[in-house]
Amino acid sequence: MPDDAHRSAAVSTRRMTFAQGLLEAQAIALEQDPSVYLMGLGAPDPKGIFGTTSGLLQRFGPERVQDMPLSENAMTGVAVGSAITGMRPILTHQRVDFALVAMEQMVNQAAKWFFMFGGQVPVPLTIRMIVGRGWGQGPQHSQSLQAWFAHVPGLKVVMPATPADAKGLLLSAIEDDNPVICLEHRWLYGLADEVPEGPYRVPLGKARLMHGGGGKAEVTLVGLSYMSLEALRAAEILAEQGIEAEVIDLRSVRPLDEATILDSVARTGRLVVADTAHVRFGAGAEVVSLVVEQAFDKLKAAPVRIGLPDFPTPTSKALSDSYYPRAPHLVAAALKLLGRPVDPELFAVPEGRNLDQPDSSFTGPF
Amino acid sequence: MTSASAASAGSAAALANGPDPELLWRLYRLMLYVRLVEEKIVALYPEQQMRCPVHLSIGQEAPAAGVAAALRPGDQAMSGHRSHGHYLAMDADLDGMFAEIYGKAPGCARGRGGSMHLIDRAKGFLGAVPIVGSTIPIAAGAAFTSKLRGDGKVTVIYLGDGAAETGVFHETLNFAALKKLPLLFVCENNLYSVYSPMEVRQPLGRPIAGIARAHGVATWEGDGNDAVAVWQMASEAVEACRAGHGPAFLELATYRWREHCGPNFDNDIGYRTVEEYETWRARDPLARHKALLQDRLGADDAAFAALEGELQARIDAAVAKAKAAAFPVDTLSPEDCYA
Ligand SMILES: Cc1ncc(C[n+]2csc(CCOP(=O)(O)OP(=O)(O)O)c2C)c(N)n1
Ligand SMILES: [Mg+2]
Repeated sequence: MPDDAHRSAAVSTRRMTFAQGLLEAQAIALEQDPSVYLMGLGAPDPKGIFGTTSGLLQRFGPERVQDMPLSENAMTGVAVGSAITGMRPILTHQRVDFALVAMEQMVNQAAKWFFMFGGQVPVPLTIRMIVGRGWGQGPQHSQSLQAWFAHVPGLKVVMPATPADAKGLLLSAIEDDNPVICLEHRWLYGLADEVPEGPYRVPLGKARLMHGGGGKAEVTLVGLSYMSLEALRAAEILAEQGIEAEVIDLRSVRPLDEATILDSVARTGRLVVADTAHVRFGAGAEVVSLVVEQAFDKLKAAPVRIGLPDFPTPTSKALSDSYYPRAPHLVAAALKLLGRPVDPELFAVPEGRNLDQPDSSFTGPF
Repeated sequence: MTSASAASAGSAAALANGPDPELLWRLYRLMLYVRLVEEKIVALYPEQQMRCPVHLSIGQEAPAAGVAAALRPGDQAMSGHRSHGHYLAMDADLDGMFAEIYGKAPGCARGRGGSMHLIDRAKGFLGAVPIVGSTIPIAAGAAFTSKLRGDGKVTVIYLGDGAAETGVFHETLNFAALKKLPLLFVCENNLYSVYSPMEVRQPLGRPIAGIARAHGVATWEGDGNDAVAVWQMASEAVEACRAGHGPAFLELATYRWREHCGPNFDNDIGYRTVEEYETWRARDPLARHKALLQDRLGADDAAFAALEGELQARIDAAVAKAKAAAFPVDTLSPEDCYA
């Protein structure tokens, strides 16, 4: 059965957006723990990191909610230094791409301090970074670098796909005593759904079976971040053709929830993994390797990876429309695994639908 | 706080209003301790049992001693690859240091780090790492915690002239000045980054302290081989930090005697001259301070011998312990990696 604990009657929920879920997690963390502080370029500004920090300055004051100099590497070091001396910082970057100048502090320092000093020095640090898609994000405002971070022992990496997970994973990340990278997809910010009240937590390292699981499914679709929603759409399209799919939202890239993936593939025998990143050397490859190494005998066909082609992201709408994979790509992959024909009409874009925005409410610039 | 250039703050002036006999002896003890520990490493390194790089600070003991003597309990320090002296001067655990260099289980980082990863949090030595420049912002983060909590601690970050060329150095000066952090930068300018001299790395005539001044940070420049002068400058700087005037910066002229990494001399390989080395060697911070103790306090040979004997015994004991200690269990587990 889909794992939707928060939808059970026992938990009271409200409808809110993904961005509001992130905001609420931070507000709760700031409220419950005086060592938590939030820092980022523009964190307290009127736009409030796309609404994810709005009002926090007014509520918690300028010491707890700080802007910062345009010095991502040093400020990551400052966050590390404060984390090892008793604080619990949340650092936000408006794009992953901007944080690349801070790879040294994230990879050599934050990830290593606990290990390299023999377990004496935890680094309770959360780094929020935003990933984009379409609308001119282009080569330097959109990179999905989860594989880079997940490659590094000592870091944890989460990628929420729903408003409830945005809240629950971010709160767990902040409360965790390790450096956690939270990669947030810009296209999810406006997504609204039921979100539990209070200090709702989603465990790090637990994937979620979003759809299916009744036993008749013939294919497993694993999604990361926004691609989990495309995977859900793909499952709907497949259902129309009489094919049942299980959809797993990975939620955490590291630690990787191996059991949930392996269990599903054991039932279905077929695997499609959809990543927001380049296919090659990506997180999808890790999921496929896991299954091939540990459940080879369960596979009825070779697994398929879906993701970005081997080019930097182009800016022009014309180029980017064909660049990003969508639900039809997952459907086609599943059909091929099942030896079924693929109707090219599948890829037709409905009248009035723009591929470079999640829906018509999403307008630039951003 | 006005920016003070204390280049002229010689020992005599400092003595007039400063160091009592106890402090003078303390400075000597700290320097001798660091020297003897590192000479022990020199003696034992050829056994090939210390299987990690070592960056010795022989010839550069005065900054560690003078700065540590200006701190009070609870204050903190961080450093980089050449950190033995900074660690030891904070009275950090000697047994843990030798065990760490020998890769043993009771090492201060349980054998995960080695010579370049010293730590003793109980003594305020928050850690050293060998990525040049990286501890500069981390130390600022520790000072930021002090600022947020108002705990009155001062944090010292030791760095080299090479580290002053990193991006985070400049970024951190800006942030520390912005937030008026209780952070003391101690730049040991030993003229080289590995084998590269200053003239291929930094503009001639621009002191490193000038960069700090441009960020609005109070600076002191002086003789890094004169422990009393260092103590004097550090005392003023620490006081300014503690009083909430913001960060302070010391640029101390000094010189590394031995090779960049390892126990030997390397004046023969051609990146610096024997004359230059001899000039600096004649400015030995220990010999100089010993003469001061003899002149001012009438210290006799017996007193020096007693001190050296005491320290040597302590060092020998630490080495023996480290050699006898067990290696860490040879498998790693996820608990090593995640809190
Ligand atoms: C980021 C980085 N680049 C290069 C090195 C290699 N390296 C180690 S020490 C050093 C020289 C540092 O010079 P300085 O800061 O003056 O310190 P000193 O060795 O003179 O004490 C270099 C280049 C390193 N450890 N880290
Ligand atoms: Mg140097």
